[in-house]
Amino acid sequence: MKKIISAILAVCLILGCGAALAGCGGQEKTTLYVYNWGQYISEGDDDSLDVIAAFEEAYPNIEVKYSTYDSNEIMYSKLSNGGITVDVIIPSDYMIGRMRQEGMLLELNFDNIPNYQYIDESFRNTSYDPENKYSVPYTWGTVGIIYNTKYVDEADVTGWELLWNEKYAGKILMFDNSRDAFGIAQYLLGYDVNTTDEAQLQACADKLAEQKPVVQQYVMDQIFDAMENEEAWIAPYYAGDFLTMVEENPDLAFYRPEDQGFNMFIDAMCIPTCCQEKEAAELFINFLCDPEISAANMDYLGYSVPASASKEYLDPELAADEIAYPSQEALTNATSFDYLPEDTSRYMESLFMEVRNG
Amino acid sequence: MKKNNAVLLSAPYLVWMVVFTLIPLGVVAYYALTDPSTGAFSLGNLANLGMYLPVLWQSIVYSLVSACICLVLGYPVAYFIAHCGPFAQKFLYMLVMLPMCMSFLLRTLAWVGLLQDTGIINTLLGKIGIGPLTLIRTPGAVILGMVYNYLPYMILPLYATIVKIDPRLIEAAEDLGCNGVQVFSRVVLPLSVPGILSGMTMVFVPSVSTFYISQKLGGTDTVLIGDVIERQFKQGNNPNLGAALSLVLMLLVLVCTSILNRFGGDQEEGGVVV
Amino acid sequence: MKRTNRVLTILIFVFLYIPMVVLVVASFNTGKDITEFEGFTLRQYSRLFQDSSLLELLRNSLIISVLASAAATVFGTVAAVGIHNLNPRLRKTAMTLTNIPMTNPDIVTGVSLSLLFVFVGTRLLGQRNSLTFWTLLIAHITFNLPYVILNVMPKLKQMDASLTDAAMDLGCTPVQAFFRVTLYEIMPGIVSGAIMAFTMSLDDFVISYFVSGLDFVTLPVEIYSYTKKPLQPKIYAMFTLLFLMILALMIAMNVIQLYTDKKKAHTRSAGL
Repeated sequence: MKKIISAILAVCLILGCGAALAGCGGQEKTTLYVYNWGQYISEGDDDSLDVIAAFEEAYPNIEVKYSTYDSNEIMYSKLSNGGITVDVIIPSDYMIGRMRQEGMLLELNFDNIPNYQYIDESFRNTSYDPENKYSVPYTWGTVGIIYNTKYVDEADVTGWELLWNEKYAGKILMFDNSRDAFGIAQYLLGYDVNTTDEAQLQACADKLAEQKPVVQQYVMDQIFDAMENEEAWIAPYYAGDFLTMVEENPDLAFYRPEDQGFNMFIDAMCIPTCCQEKEAAELFINFLCDPEISAANMDYLGYSVPASASKEYLDPELAADEIAYPSQEALTNATSFDYLPEDTSRYMESLFMEVRNG
Repeated sequence: MKKNNAVLLSAPYLVWMVVFTLIPLGVVAYYALTDPSTGAFSLGNLANLGMYLPVLWQSIVYSLVSACICLVLGYPVAYFIAHCGPFAQKFLYMLVMLPMCMSFLLRTLAWVGLLQDTGIINTLLGKIGIGPLTLIRTPGAVILGMVYNYLPYMILPLYATIVKIDPRLIEAAEDLGCNGVQVFSRVVLPLSVPGILSGMTMVFVPSVSTFYISQKLGGTDTVLIGDVIERQFKQGNNPNLGAALSLVLMLLVLVCTSILNRFGGDQEEGGVVV
Repeated sequence: MKRTNRVLTILIFVFLYIPMVVLVVASFNTGKDITEFEGFTLRQYSRLFQDSSLLELLRNSLIISVLASAAATVFGTVAAVGIHNLNPRLRKTAMTLTNIPMTNPDIVTGVSLSLLFVFVGTRLLGQRNSLTFWTLLIAHITFNLPYVILNVMPKLKQMDASLTDAAMDLGCTPVQAFFRVTLYEIMPGIVSGAIMAFTMSLDDFVISYFVSGLDFVTLPVEIYSYTKKPLQPKIYAMFTLLFLMILALMIAMNVIQLYTDKKKAHTRSAGL
């Protein structure tokens, strides 16, 4: 018995070492670490394009290691606390501004990103990157309320206050990140979403605390499952993800509180200072901007593409969709999140933690 | 063996343990005592802890309740297994071990599928015209998750002590006129105290620090101390406050386990006197 | 009494196994919802085997747990022999040290190690990537060591000290005496320590979650991020396969043990 077991252990050890060595060996490959939102790239399910595999095929000496995060704050926290290196990240506008101000981003070499030419003029010279040095837009979109028409009375769908409606207590989901959650409270209370006023932020926190009893869970991508199988009925989320959900559950509907205002965001690709393979990272960014690739990617994601050139390759139904591509008129009250000073970000995060934990 | 050799053999281990258990705790203390933005010495993190006392209290209550439920449920099972034939004992022991080897994340997730409003239990109840009942996102669901995950950690040590109890002691007690209940309360139970204590500790410690169970099975108001710590590190970007909370949690566990051990010490002495 | 115990035991086993049955059933489901069985399919299994990243995660988990438990077993056994022969005061200190990771909640161990690695790696050594395969391995060895020590120490205590003396009287060097006598006597402790360390390592989530970076991730850590996204049922298929493998392994071990026990009993009775 003992001999058998020690023999098994020895064999396992040898196998383990062998496997480890096999992993290290092989031809020299550049490893590119891509750190992206969850559910934010076409992965080849249901006959869609596997973007990463296509990239690896186009550049056989680059191997992509892909990991995901739930929110800008989680990504920021991982990068700033140290411990990890990544080569490409895709944060949202306000987070790019914050990281740029804090010196966490590298300037891009646009000679390696010729496809930047396709990016529309309206997505250049943005407030988070006024000189177009650090970022290349990946997608854009809007935030609204997703609700299930089977359970939610249309008469109640009047604005952000739907998320506070006690009639649907326990069936409402809420953002699990400070900026989006505070944004909703700010639209509801009529405050500027980029305020640094601590009293206003405190008022927003009070509003969010008031909402807590009716909230089922604070979540991010778990919204997909919960809304699709009708565990929850109401949730604020991104328009692109709504288009994915409605394919699974046709009873879902999307509502943008156009009078109160809502968030319009741009998520853009950046290279953080911890990057070790800058050139490969730029090749990757360039690849994602290729009109055909990005169209295939957006077909799967449902998010809106910031390059009109890509729209030609897009599924025509999606390209004409009012939810993905709202008219200028619908976007009148759309605002984007700007960079907040570090103190304000920190204060907002701690307030949100208090709401969550209190 | 010469004493020098003994020191030589154990020294690398001792150095390793100091470097990777004591020093990290020192680093935790260092983070707990510095300011998140400036890095200067500060008591601010510790001052903030008051806010988390209710969460801490809630964690203690939940995990103590879970430990007690595990004891009540686990004792008869352990007793039953210990009094089976040798083959059945091995087989049942294996059945208790098996869940411990499987991913507890997925097993907890299965409970979500069972308990949620549109879940398996409510669907079945709906078919016979009951419900839907609110099962998930309640304190009860969190405690259920704890009991489910850590029950084997109670059964195994209990079994190990009960199986060692000398049957002659029970016979002797019976000969001396004890009835079944008395045999149990005067002989079997006191002799299984070491198993009870280690089972209680093995359920209490992981329960009080869990974050996954409460995230999945709990609601917005069943936040536990583990949740808060995890969030400070992974989302809130405040490792300093997280470190301070970790220190508190560690002290809490230390106090609780030493109280438990104190119980054990007395009992053992009592046992010797008898 | 006995009957109620039996009923209760059966109920408890049902309670322990129902969620696993749910997962196994879900792995054969055509729909992706765990709550509704729409039809039987093996598609999730073919998806699983096409998913090289999931298989790589499983490989990562096996590498870490085999290496960590093997290292901890050798290192821990040597250390246990040393500690056993220390003077009582030092021995007590050593056992207190050993007990720290056992009594500390996992989350505290994970947090403390990750802060240490980041502090030393980033601030002192100026590394960019301080959470790597090696830090994960160190963390696993650290929490595995106590399991080995605590399993080997009792065997050392039980062992008759005069056995090694006898071996040395018969001309063995201390090293030979260790390999020929002591090792043989404490082998059951070593084996159970190694097995415990291996299973702890294989299923560890909390400590790995805090200590791993992005370039080397184990299966439980990735499962955690899976459960935060829309679930892919192939993960249930993986659960089912692992369940069958572990079940087979356990049955095999029990059979082997039963067989050796019988042989032992046989030789013993023959000796008498």
